[in-house]
Amino acid sequence: MPSNSAVKLSDVTAGYERSILFAGLSLEIGAGRFTGIVGPTACGKTTLLKVMLGVHPLIAGSIRLHDAPAGRLRPNAVGYVPQLGGTDGHFPVTVEEVITMGLYTNGRIWPWLSKKERGRIQAIAHRLGILDCLRHPVGNLSGGQRQRAFLARALINNPKLLILDEPTSGVDIRTQHEILHLLNDINAEGITIVLTTHDLNAVASHLPWVICFNRGVVAQGRPNEIFTNEILTRTYGGDIVIVKHQGHLLIANSTPLNFADDNKW
Amino acid sequence: MVEYILEPFDYDFFRRGLLAALMVGALGGLIGVYVVLRGMSYIGHGLSHAVIGGAVIGFTLNLNFYAGACALGVFAALTINKITQNSKIKPDAAIGIVTTAIFALGVAIISKLRNFKQNFEAALFGNILGITEQDLVIIALVTCFTVVTMFFTYRTLLFSTFDQEAACIFGINTGLAQLLFSLLLTLVIIVSLNVTGVTMVAATLIAPAMTARMLTDSFSKMVVYSTLIGAITGVAGLYLSYIFNVASGATIVLFSALLFSLSLLVKPLRSR
Repeated sequence: MPSNSAVKLSDVTAGYERSILFAGLSLEIGAGRFTGIVGPTACGKTTLLKVMLGVHPLIAGSIRLHDAPAGRLRPNAVGYVPQLGGTDGHFPVTVEEVITMGLYTNGRIWPWLSKKERGRIQAIAHRLGILDCLRHPVGNLSGGQRQRAFLARALINNPKLLILDEPTSGVDIRTQHEILHLLNDINAEGITIVLTTHDLNAVASHLPWVICFNRGVVAQGRPNEIFTNEILTRTYGGDIVIVKHQGHLLIANSTPLNFADDNKW
Repeated sequence: MVEYILEPFDYDFFRRGLLAALMVGALGGLIGVYVVLRGMSYIGHGLSHAVIGGAVIGFTLNLNFYAGACALGVFAALTINKITQNSKIKPDAAIGIVTTAIFALGVAIISKLRNFKQNFEAALFGNILGITEQDLVIIALVTCFTVVTMFFTYRTLLFSTFDQEAACIFGINTGLAQLLFSLLLTLVIIVSLNVTGVTMVAATLIAPAMTARMLTDSFSKMVVYSTLIGAITGVAGLYLSYIFNVASGATIVLFSALLFSLSLLVKPLRSR
């Protein structure tokens, strides 16, 4: 009987050479959800995404994406946006060329684009607000525009599942806000979104569902339910302060450096 | 004056050399784009050594020159790729170890056998004016095969060069792309040996691509520019080598370096 899950990990064990990052992990992400995975550096977030994408080998367990074993799904049924710093910023490639890469798996062997494909590229660029940048080199764009270019590449094939690796890192707070709102709009069209991030405040104010992860699922739920001192301390290992201000959750480290008492500053 | 300019074209050996320089230059420019953008500029130098080692090993096994050279060249390229994928060894170190080991094996065999009849010096420094009709046919076949293959795998090679991991996630067979690229690169280096020789083949791969990079920020334009610059460099370099009576391979490389220097001057003008 088909389940209503977009991602289903059953007893998954994965890691690198001699170290296991997580063992016996079972996790289900419902279809249509907008989920953020948060956790400290080196806790296995990116590896978890790679496991979902089928590019990191499993030591044990199984993965199903939309009820199909990972790897058997049509490649363009899953969209992927890598970390901004993961590609060479000086690579000579225009925004149009980057978006076109999303069409490479469509079986066309001719290197040029059809009129229909050009129309799709124009439409997605227009929708993401980068139509004027199509001929610009990706390396010359701002972080937000570059993120939109990679997002356009991921969305060009109308995937059912969109996976993003730290889409809010390396951009300013306003761009972060714009990207998360854009993702929220995309999710509203029925696309399941899974992303990793370090920014707890952005997650608290923009995402409906969060997984606290540290070599395993610590907790999952709505941010206002699971962003508690106890859960975040278990996730990050340090003492964390949570403040409610005008309906927003604000999260900070409880032991900041105190510069006010130091005359040299 | 016109007679002086056209004089070299009276000779068969020059016309053959010119055709070879045109095709090899264009091929080097074409594949050089991917070599440079993959951050493997040193691979041309390294693979040319592996190819020589392979040719010698092939000779001792009574194989055709090209068969041995090609087999060991592809083996070296794939081994380098495998080593850099699965360990902490960087490409430059892997290239240094793998290709010099194969080259050293070839040198060891030569020193042991003493009956190696192939022209080792021609392979080291190039002998473009000694190009035969048979060499021309082989260069033409490799040119056709490389151009057609790269035309139909343009998208695959671009994506896997830009971001191999994302390409794999999007359903590109990156392993096959790497194998194909290694095969094409080895073939291009083998046919380049007679033109520029082992010592200078790397420059014919890198210089046109770097010059093109200074002129554009678009990948598709870079491919076209680099191929044209490579072809022009081959032809002009050979012609100038005849006029100034200087070694052909060296003149081609010096001319490509001159074009690269000029492109460095053009780059700031483009940025204005």
